[in-house]
Amino acid sequence: MIDPAGTATTSWGRVSRARSRVAEPAHLDDLARAVRAGDAPVLAHGMGRSYGDVCLNGGGHLLRTGRLDRIVAADWSTGVVRAEAGLTIGGLLSVCVPRGWFVPVTPGTKFVTLGGAVANDVHGKNHHGMGTFGCHVRALGLLRSDGETVEVGPEERPHLFAATVGGLGLTGVIAWVEIQLQPVRSSDFKAQTLRLQDLDGFFRAAEDSQDWPYTVAWVDCLAAGRRLGRGLFNRGRHAPDGPLLPHADRARLKVPRDAPSALLGPLTVRLFNAAYSRQPAGGEPARVPYGKFLYPLDGITDWNRLYGGRGFFQHQSVVPTAAAPRALQKLLELTSSEGQGSFLVVLKMFGPRPSPGILSFPREGATFALDLPNRGPDTLRLLHRMAEVVLAAGGRLYPAKDATMTAEQFRAGFPRWREVESYRDPALSSDFWRRVTGDPA
Amino acid sequence: MSSPSPASAAAAGKTVLVLGATSAIANAFARQRAAAGGRLVLVGRQQGRLDGIAADLTARGAAAVATLATDLADMDEAEPRFADMVARLGPPDEVLLAYGVLGEQAAAQDSADETRRLIDVNFTSAALWLQLAAKHLVADGRPRTLVVIGSVAGDRGRQSNYVYGAAKAGLDAFAEGLAHRLHRTNVRVVTVKPGFVDTPMTAHLDRSGPLWAKPEAIAGAIDRAVSKGQRIVYAPWFWRPVMTAVRFAPRPLFYKTKL
Ligand SMILES: Cc1cc2nc3c(=O)[nH]c(=O)nc-3n(C[C@H](O)[C@H](O)[C@H](O)COP(=O)(O)OP(=O)(O)OC[C@H]3O[C@@H](n4cnc5c(N)ncnc54)[C@H](O)[C@@H]3O)c2cc1C
Repeated sequence: MIDPAGTATTSWGRVSRARSRVAEPAHLDDLARAVRAGDAPVLAHGMGRSYGDVCLNGGGHLLRTGRLDRIVAADWSTGVVRAEAGLTIGGLLSVCVPRGWFVPVTPGTKFVTLGGAVANDVHGKNHHGMGTFGCHVRALGLLRSDGETVEVGPEERPHLFAATVGGLGLTGVIAWVEIQLQPVRSSDFKAQTLRLQDLDGFFRAAEDSQDWPYTVAWVDCLAAGRRLGRGLFNRGRHAPDGPLLPHADRARLKVPRDAPSALLGPLTVRLFNAAYSRQPAGGEPARVPYGKFLYPLDGITDWNRLYGGRGFFQHQSVVPTAAAPRALQKLLELTSSEGQGSFLVVLKMFGPRPSPGILSFPREGATFALDLPNRGPDTLRLLHRMAEVVLAAGGRLYPAKDATMTAEQFRAGFPRWREVESYRDPALSSDFWRRVTGDPA
Repeated sequence: MSSPSPASAAAAGKTVLVLGATSAIANAFARQRAAAGGRLVLVGRQQGRLDGIAADLTARGAAAVATLATDLADMDEAEPRFADMVARLGPPDEVLLAYGVLGEQAAAQDSADETRRLIDVNFTSAALWLQLAAKHLVADGRPRTLVVIGSVAGDRGRQSNYVYGAAKAGLDAFAEGLAHRLHRTNVRVVTVKPGFVDTPMTAHLDRSGPLWAKPEAIAGAIDRAVSKGQRIVYAPWFWRPVMTAVRFAPRPLFYKTKL
């Protein structure tokens, strides 16, 4: 039986953990009831694919949304779908792909819920053209603790909408989300890989790839000196014709338990090295299923355990375009000189399309992301120095990936945070919010 | 999930009557049939929830979905209600009997009403619906299937949940007898015995162990059992050897356990 004091929940990085009373409503009417129950703060929890503590609520209630995965309405002639907030992007793809529709924006894993995608206003490899997930939300249903269910959207209660998109689950529990899908003629991608010799090469490749809808770079940050920024640049587009097949449901591999961290290097680095040495670069675009192009890590269940029992951190930041070359170079120098192990950096240019949320992370500029195994104080020090570089360049850190940013760093990166605080449902809170706003509740 | 298995592809256009449509296993099974273009008739207690499930199944490709809000445990007028259903929607090609209540053993021990409720919902009403379904399904001689969700709990009475277990054991024997009786007809009876399934019914239990299965996995086992014409399936399969061991464990040993 469950311990009445609560169930321990960890987020994806497995550094942050918290005990909460967990409920798993199976129907929207149960959810409405649960949001109203209020002796301790409530927070919705999707698939827990956030790395840090935005999806945790120690000492409070956690509402897991996984059973709320029904499609409320779908118009397959226009691609408008309304679904309960616990439906995952993968679950939606398996229904919409055979009908010639694709999610407009997806993060690097399909195991995220629509509610989680809204609450973090997630971005994908197509940000430079399509903006964030929130740009494609037409409406959403928000359950508030006063018992009211409000419909919000870009036109309907626009301020509450702006506070909810990227609003970290604090303005109410999202019951359903209505999005506009994009039409596709094939489930395949045409993808191409270019080799990058250095950081300049990345900026040039990004510039040259403006008409490729999906782009991302993988950089080996052990490379130093003249080879700083050595890496691979991936770009892809939906194939103009071909089959319309959903992804296979079964993962190919599973990590059974915590890997001894000394034994296994971080998985992404291994993938990268394998790709780097074998991938033909610059040739004709190859045809690959969307899962392989968009979700290279999803084939391995629980890959986060490869970092061992102490877990890992992720740093993701964005800096404005003008400051990007200097800032990225500094970040790469920091991480390559640190020698804490083998890292892999993901780089991408965000485009100019404005993010709809007050706390949305993406803005025009360059984004930098890397995983860092938890080695205690050394890792925390490195994360802190990286954050300083980012903030000095006028950038900010991504709450969805963060476990360490200070209240000052948060407020500097998101100066309008008080607007979201003013829209926060008083019954809702999270470990993250208490940490960065200093709210003791 | 949505890529239809060969068996559910054969189910395109078939009508499935789901008794207890809001149950998680029934929901997962109905989604498979919907993806294959099946027609579904959903029976459950709450109209609002049935409507939500119906919309979902429609979006997933069901050829048609009808709903009927009724308390299946309430047997008054069961006969005319079933006849009416068949008259309106046609005789189903498949019936999935999926409703049930787990209850609490401790509460049942102290309360005749609770004991009776567990037996009435899980056995008495279920047996009566099966009886009615059998009567309507043999009539035209076409191939049809009755699927009964049993439980491994019915395989041996155990101190921790013998009321629920006894009801499921009764249902098991009933289904076996019905299968025997229908052997010479075109109607098949399939009993599925799930072990621990991660559903709202078991939400109060710790579900972290390796024995727990997802409703989708049970739905897949039902689909395979129907297509292969299996009489009894354990889902997942490893419950068969496990329950064989439990059934034949010598009593002196068995009584020492807390099972
Ligand atoms: C391998 C991997 C790759 C990733 N790649 C990217 C990427 O490319 N781009 C990107 O932007 N992110 C990326 N992420 C992060 C991930 O997309 C986000 O953390 C996402 O929000 C997780 O969704 P979730 O359903 O797991 O939500 P959770 O992590 O469980 O919750 C996230 C937030 O959403 C809130 N929330 C969830 N459901 C609801 C609801 N119904 N109502 C209100 N609030 C709710 C929670 O309270 C919390 O604040 C990646 C993560 C992983 C593990």
